[in-house]
Amino acid sequence: MTLKIGNAQGFWGDDPDAPARLVSQQSDLDYVTMDYLAEVSLSIMAAQRERKPELGYPRDCVEAIRSLAPFWRTGRRIRVVTNGGGLNPRGCAEACAAALRKDGCKGLRIGIVSGDDILERMRRLIREGSSVDLMRNLETGEGIDRISERLVTANAYLGVDGIVRALESGADIVLTGRVTDSSLVCAPCVHHYGWKTTEYDKLAGGLVAAHVIECGIQVSGGISTDWLEVPSPADMGFPFVEVEQDGTFVVTKPDGTGGCVTEQTVKEQLLYEIGDPERYLTPEATVSFRDIEVRQEGTDRVRLWGFRGSAPPSTYKVSASYRDGFWAQGTLTIFGRDALEKAERCGRIVQERVRRAGYDLEGFEVESLGSGACAPGVLPATELLETVLRIAVRDSREEAVERFCRELTPLVTSGPQGLTGFSAGRPRPSPVFGYWPCLIPRDMVSVDVEILEV
Amino acid sequence: MRLGEIAYARSGDKGSAATLAIFARRPEDFGRLERVVTAERVQRFFEPMGCGPVRRFSLPKLQALNFILPEVLAGGGSRSLRVDAQGKAIGQVALEMEVGDL
Repeated sequence: MTLKIGNAQGFWGDDPDAPARLVSQQSDLDYVTMDYLAEVSLSIMAAQRERKPELGYPRDCVEAIRSLAPFWRTGRRIRVVTNGGGLNPRGCAEACAAALRKDGCKGLRIGIVSGDDILERMRRLIREGSSVDLMRNLETGEGIDRISERLVTANAYLGVDGIVRALESGADIVLTGRVTDSSLVCAPCVHHYGWKTTEYDKLAGGLVAAHVIECGIQVSGGISTDWLEVPSPADMGFPFVEVEQDGTFVVTKPDGTGGCVTEQTVKEQLLYEIGDPERYLTPEATVSFRDIEVRQEGTDRVRLWGFRGSAPPSTYKVSASYRDGFWAQGTLTIFGRDALEKAERCGRIVQERVRRAGYDLEGFEVESLGSGACAPGVLPATELLETVLRIAVRDSREEAVERFCRELTPLVTSGPQGLTGFSAGRPRPSPVFGYWPCLIPRDMVSVDVEILEV
Repeated sequence: MRLGEIAYARSGDKGSAATLAIFARRPEDFGRLERVVTAERVQRFFEPMGCGPVRRFSLPKLQALNFILPEVLAGGGSRSLRVDAQGKAIGQVALEMEVGDL
């Protein structure tokens, strides 16, 4: 028997009905995983937690887990692994327990995995001046001292370890904070098959299986190049993997659902947001994609094999965020001859008026949507009869951004004839959270697991 | 000929860089893709967006080329002011590349 692990939530904001639907569509599914944490999601949760200390996790996660109560109540053995604990896995677990009790579920065990939140530890290390070289920005090489006063979150990407321990303790639901997306699927494999920490090729299979379904419906035809040919797109099935003891797997979706799982959709997702495919780094293994092969073996069934793993790095990757000023964006539609020239002129007016008010904005971007704004300068802009003027600004001073917000809407009466589409009203400033990827030695992070009985 | 006639693509973000994968639609076209869609060519194409030195990785078993395009997102996910801050459209842009008769 293979181990069947699905994904029913590819990001915070995904289809709220997907978990219960997937579990009912696929009656032999062993695990459901749900991914809520993109790179800067935790900084949004930090802002939430400032207003309400008992929060700091996506409420959606509690609702998703609650939606599975009818299955547990009727004796179905389905386990959940999710990073929906966010910044506060304990708080999320308590909310889930309360919701499940209310819905008549008893005897369930919730595993809580924490230890990823290293903000205080990092602050101390910075004060002491130790490991600061590892804390350089992985992308830009800048030193952390530049932003250390403005840090909002710092979380290590934990691996499978804590989740496996929670499953060994009989957890039906595992809630984590920041873990690698790949550990959500790999951990159940390690638990089920007993893979050793040095069985790198098998681990690589579990990690790649996770990567292929971590964005949910994207592997079922979502955002694929040939999207117009994807069948029944309003009813796309969330994916699951059937993982074998040796780490090879099939990716598929429930029968009768829309979308499609083909060599093409799987290959697109396999390389999605992968940097160096020879060195996909996780706490379990360094994975090479070089020998991976992909073959369609049935309708909506694609088999993958050829995973190569080697020893993992001695560090954890850290995702930190810091306050980086404010931003706002607004759009207006312009219809008529010379629409592009009119849009540019509107942009200059707004910039000039904000400047006269005393603010030289640090970031000011004017785009004419419809003219190739997704690739400025790459393709020749053609004259348009209609465009959407989009202006986005950023500044360290909130009042400067606020001023821009006030200067955009007056174009409704001062701008060109044919300017319309202002129903969204005046834009509002939002905080910007900068992303700071860096490293920390593994021995500075300790993973904690506790069990909460429902 | 535009690249999209013989290839499909997928893109995304890694901070201020975009990742871009280009796949041959037919296995027999992979060799031609590998010859024509070089790192230098991709960099030149995306240069107006501020693209830095491109790295290319070849994956013959997947008939795929994977690229990293540094700085092409002008700050990336949380900092970029561009409408496509996360590089979602980069794949579609790349498929518009004119590649001659091959």
